[in-house]
Amino acid sequence: MALRESWFYTVFWRRFRHNRLAIAGGIVVLLLFLLSFLAPYITTWEPGAIDAYHVLLSPSPDHWFGTDELGRDVFTRVVYGARISLKVGFVSVGIAVAIGTVLGLVSGFYGGVVDTVIMRFVDIMLCFPTFFLILAVIAFLEPDIWYIMAIIGLTGWMGVARLVRAEVLSLRERDFVLAARALGASDLRIIFRHILPNAASPVLVSATLGVAGAILTESALSFLGIGVQPPTPSWGNILTAGKDYVEFAWWLSLFPGLAILVTVLAYNLLGEGIRDALDPRLNR
Amino acid sequence: MLNYLAKRILAMIPLMLGITLITFVVIRLAPGEPVEAMTALSPKITAETRQRLREFYGLDKPLHVQYVTWLKKVATFDFGRSFAPDHRPVTDKIRERIPVTLSLNIIALILEFGLAIPIGVFAATHRDTLYDKGITVFVFLGFAVPTFWLALLLMYFFGVKLGWLPISGLHSLGSEGYSRLSWFGDLLKHLILPVSVATFGSLAGLSRYMRSTMLEVIRQDYITTARAKGLAERTVIYRHALRNALLPVITLLGFSLPGLIGGSVIFETIFAIPGMGQLFYQGVMARDYPLVMGILVIGAFLTLVGNLLADVCYAVADPRIRQGRG
Repeated sequence: MALRESWFYTVFWRRFRHNRLAIAGGIVVLLLFLLSFLAPYITTWEPGAIDAYHVLLSPSPDHWFGTDELGRDVFTRVVYGARISLKVGFVSVGIAVAIGTVLGLVSGFYGGVVDTVIMRFVDIMLCFPTFFLILAVIAFLEPDIWYIMAIIGLTGWMGVARLVRAEVLSLRERDFVLAARALGASDLRIIFRHILPNAASPVLVSATLGVAGAILTESALSFLGIGVQPPTPSWGNILTAGKDYVEFAWWLSLFPGLAILVTVLAYNLLGEGIRDALDPRLNR
Repeated sequence: MLNYLAKRILAMIPLMLGITLITFVVIRLAPGEPVEAMTALSPKITAETRQRLREFYGLDKPLHVQYVTWLKKVATFDFGRSFAPDHRPVTDKIRERIPVTLSLNIIALILEFGLAIPIGVFAATHRDTLYDKGITVFVFLGFAVPTFWLALLLMYFFGVKLGWLPISGLHSLGSEGYSRLSWFGDLLKHLILPVSVATFGSLAGLSRYMRSTMLEVIRQDYITTARAKGLAERTVIYRHALRNALLPVITLLGFSLPGLIGGSVIFETIFAIPGMGQLFYQGVMARDYPLVMGILVIGAFLTLVGNLLADVCYAVADPRIRQGRG
């Protein structure tokens, strides 16, 4: 392990540090975490405070991003919306990575019929227009953020499964795995001690990019009115109102959209940065 | 080649079965029951009528029996009748909508590939120049912009502010009376915004992919050889490198289909375009089970066909695959 750790700090960090875009992405991601944890301290308004006398005000020193059709402070709602997107991003990617890793490991390690069945299942799932599948299930369920996260996760694991399987296939016949087997290590031990740690880095990259994708999906669902339900603020459902008032209140559309853009951009830059640092071949 | 094609088509059968099974399971496992959904708005319906409806639709039978019955009908492209008040066959409803969605997506695909290939190649051959960096920025922005937000901004800017372009539907009111030419012009005008949004969505990914495969190819020995022979750089890039770099892009063509069809829900809803995406959204909102199942199956089937076409193109381009040695 000492070797891995020193490799991480020297090689990985040295490469990653020089990628200014990736560092910027990482900083934005950290800021987003801070923003969602410290939301009540950052803004003095309540996200749900309705004020009939201050409806659709344009941005001012009092209301940085203006107010919405119910007089709520848009800046506050965007800040609180960060909580939703973080939650959705991490939980749904967590589910996708867990399913994809297990199926990919089993598929690659055991091969044969198990492999064929799992990989055909992956092929079938990839045929469905994912957004159709998500929409179909969510509309039949009670609107609830946990269902949304579960379904985004359940429809997003196929890439990870293929990635892990490919990694396992290339690792399975390597000398260190054969040596472990010769020493009498069990399947589980080989999988968890020897194969999984080596397959972790591509999964990390695809998880980081996956967070970005999940945030986009959630915002699209909320925009269509079947994601996060009002009054809970989410970037997508603020934009729904933005669409209705697009002629009178540009700020309702601009700021939540920018928030999505910056967040997704940050995760993408971070993910690409990690990939380049792990695999310098791509960057040469 | 025929052999290869036959093998590929045979391999589609189990996938097709899997698609129908997953569709059936997903929709039937979701809570809520079709008959409840159908009758929720009719207060006069008694429990007895509901039971008769269930029998009528075969919903009282065990699930596996229902699946087999449904599958037999699906095999003949019969998806039953819509639950909507018009009770029309689902197949008819979908048939009306497919051409709109498909042609929109095909136009978008052509534009996408037409733009992404030169962008990617140019970025690869002018590596690390300002142009390449500009493209990279554009690509990352393209990845990050939510399609519906882009649609909203374009609608606001070109539709509301400037008033240049229509923002909803495919035809202006009263366009039936136009001459053929102005009717067509009117249609084109309506298509500009939705097609731009659909194209922009995947342009970024494709240009980036094109750039990286091109960079990969340029490093190969045969490119060095071609240069060493004294061939002009243009010839090296466009005759030797591009052909090989295009191979993996063909596969991407098939893969991009489900994303395009799925994305059509968003822009068809926003721009009020009467396509499959809009139909699906309406069906889902009205809990129209036969319609939702029909579109899911057909959407996945279109993807399968798209993948097959991509593989066939690949085989045509790469003799190793065609002869089963790949």
